[in-house]
Amino acid sequence: MTLAASAIGKNAAASGPRAAPAPLVAAAIFASALVVLPIGFTIIQATGVSPRDAVDLLVRPLVGRLLFNTVGLIVAASATCALIGAAAAWFVERTDLPGRKVWGVLAVAPLAVPPFISSYAWVSLSNGLQDFAGALVVITCAYYPLVYLPVAAALRGLDPALEETARSLGQTTWGCFFRVVLPQLRPALYGGVLLVALDTLTEFGAFSLLRFRTFTTELYAQYRTGLDGPESSLLALVLVALCVACLIGELRVRGGGRYARFGAGTRRNSRLAPLGWTRWPAMAGFAALILATLGMPLGMVGYWLLQHASAATSPVAPSLPLLLAATLASVGYGLAGAAAAVLLAAPLGYITTRYPSRWTVLLERTAYLAQGVPGIVVALALISLTVQLIRPLYQSAILLVFAYAILFLPFALVSVRAAMAQVPRGLEEAARSLGLGWFAVARRVLAPLTGPGLGAGATIVFVFVATELTSTLLLAPIGTRTLATEVWANTSALAFAAAAPFAAVMLLISLLSTWLLANRLGAVAFAGRD
Amino acid sequence: MTRLPPVRLTFPAVVIGLCLGLIPQGSSAASLTLYSAQHEQTVDLLSKAFTKETGIDVKVHSGEAPELASQLVKEGASSSADVFFTENSPELELLSGKGLLAKVTPATLANVPAQDSGPAGDWVGVLARENVLAFNTSMIKEAALPASLLDLAKPEWKGKVAIAPTDADFLPLVGAIVALKGRPAALDWLKGLHENATIFDDDEGVVAAVDRGAVATGIINNYYWARLRMEKGGDNVKSAIHHFAGADVGGLMNISGAAVLKASRNQAAAQKFLAFLVSKPAQEMLSKLDIDFEYPLAAGVAANPILKPIGELQPPALTMKQIGDDQDSAKLLREAGLI
Repeated sequence: MTLAASAIGKNAAASGPRAAPAPLVAAAIFASALVVLPIGFTIIQATGVSPRDAVDLLVRPLVGRLLFNTVGLIVAASATCALIGAAAAWFVERTDLPGRKVWGVLAVAPLAVPPFISSYAWVSLSNGLQDFAGALVVITCAYYPLVYLPVAAALRGLDPALEETARSLGQTTWGCFFRVVLPQLRPALYGGVLLVALDTLTEFGAFSLLRFRTFTTELYAQYRTGLDGPESSLLALVLVALCVACLIGELRVRGGGRYARFGAGTRRNSRLAPLGWTRWPAMAGFAALILATLGMPLGMVGYWLLQHASAATSPVAPSLPLLLAATLASVGYGLAGAAAAVLLAAPLGYITTRYPSRWTVLLERTAYLAQGVPGIVVALALISLTVQLIRPLYQSAILLVFAYAILFLPFALVSVRAAMAQVPRGLEEAARSLGLGWFAVARRVLAPLTGPGLGAGATIVFVFVATELTSTLLLAPIGTRTLATEVWANTSALAFAAAAPFAAVMLLISLLSTWLLANRLGAVAFAGRD
Repeated sequence: MTRLPPVRLTFPAVVIGLCLGLIPQGSSAASLTLYSAQHEQTVDLLSKAFTKETGIDVKVHSGEAPELASQLVKEGASSSADVFFTENSPELELLSGKGLLAKVTPATLANVPAQDSGPAGDWVGVLARENVLAFNTSMIKEAALPASLLDLAKPEWKGKVAIAPTDADFLPLVGAIVALKGRPAALDWLKGLHENATIFDDDEGVVAAVDRGAVATGIINNYYWARLRMEKGGDNVKSAIHHFAGADVGGLMNISGAAVLKASRNQAAAQKFLAFLVSKPAQEMLSKLDIDFEYPLAAGVAANPILKPIGELQPPALTMKQIGDDQDSAKLLREAGLI
């Protein structure tokens, strides 16, 4: 620890005017260490299996079946998400589709619907939609925006000159699309698809309700059977390895290849392709997409809200006090998790933007690793760790907040880092030269300037925590029930009407926060600072 | 442009503390901590009635029985649990074997038949449930169903049966087969099922799959079907249940029981809760409401009329000791490649 700290200090001293303050470095190392903790503990537990047993355990039909299910779903979902995401992006960005601005907003909105709520909606519509088909529908609805967003951004950034040149050299519209536009979209497309794969690997609630078996649901099943020993840790490591592979792939795709436009001057706006009569089927397609992704969850929750819950399936009558308690728990943990994640991310974001070096990059990458660790793995590791070694934290609210902070640190870090990078360094230096200590600088210069960015990061984490299921289910202190665990408990028992009020409040929180993010924090963050 | 208030880094702990303060905590009055593997709906009903009667608050930690049992073993003497309430006997036998359970008050034990409680007198039987075969009425005729549960491992049943090996209700079945036919026979049966069966996470999944026609038959406990029928309405159900007769192992009766943890610091209140569970009013409440669909064990309480009268069932004769504590059953499942 001290070695790393002094190395960061030295390196910074060479390139900048002063060394990173030791407390900040310690805080940053603490944040990264927290992320490594569950993975490290899982690895240590897995070493309890002898190499021969490990081979037997890994090369067995169950693992094959899980791989087949998971990889099969990832391949299918990647194809559908890529197709729908890219097509939607092209129509919104490059055609004269009527109302394309509105469609553009609606196409992103499904990100605000937690996947296990759409899962609840489809499952409660018909239990014929379980298994593979149901999983594919839910995953596509939930994650195609992950492809839509980068592809739309890439389409906006393309230089029309290339396409015009291709056309002038005799390419047809389609030839131009496949030979000029599509190759330029490749990084965005691949990056989006890898994110879809990563989220599919880590998703638990949606598959659990759909009764589709993947690594996450199997880990939970083994835990329920009381078999949470070294063998389970080994299975968890297989899952983590798959996730990390996706994460590295995504990093490579983002970093590699140059598709930027060179040359002086501004580029012309792209010509919008006239759709003609095909605008009607295109609009029908968008309407169907929005119906499936937003209409379904909102509609089904509304439907079940109006149903009288029968005694057999909803005796945990969704009474108002219970709903209120679950809402307060979700919001309380959401705020605590957001605060914890931003507090952990702040020092990390600061030293990576102000004192860039090999060591700070390592710390940052380590923190981003959290994106590749599924909630169930973190939760199981923290349970074993606390029950064996840190008893006072076992079954405590603090532990759950730590779990949230670990899981969502990357989202907080992205916002914090971007906000820090925008603050001119000269301001801090001026403040220091006028006699302020670093803490006062943080409070009086950095905090006001980075406020909107930190707020955006906190809001994102808040939404994720308030709707989080997996680790809440496993780590919540005795007697604590959140909106997510109530929806899960009732839906597992086929009590759809009883789950509806909780699902409705969850959707409300999620949509409101997203709106806040897009309209208020987004505007403040992006409009120039006065 | 409006600005958000500056983030005050001086109050991090205060912020998190305040947020956590929002989360409702259980009242500080007398309270019991219940580790429960019974259905949340059933437990919710029971604990509310108990609180009303005694003023003692009940905090519930829900989970699958083997998960909670292994948790209790790990927690040992420092567990915060006062009472453990499960769907099946093996988890209670496991904890009894490890010496983690306190003796149950004799008056409580006297409320239910002696053979339905723990042989060591450290847990009390509360409700009984029957293992059955659910079948889709349009996919298979009842006459074509097997006479014995063991037949489902035969090749002709390939692709026609659903099981939930990680549901706590499946493990006692394995224990029963070991007790009646021996370990090798049980392993063969599981290997056969590995070939034949579609796997689900829990009995709810099995019964839903059978009802929607994804698979012809499924091994479940009886009341999952009753609950599905309640949810869908009698006319919309496309499945029925088959009771194994002639003392076949498939007709195994499981006992849902409760125990007081030795580590509990609320022994008196915990014993009161056990007494309440087997009291006539509590058992009558459960059998009258269409929620639970298990057989009450207290003398003189009639079961829900939806259920086949308990006198007409022909379960195999097995003691709690013979059914075992699930430990070997879980190992067998893994040996057979089912988990």
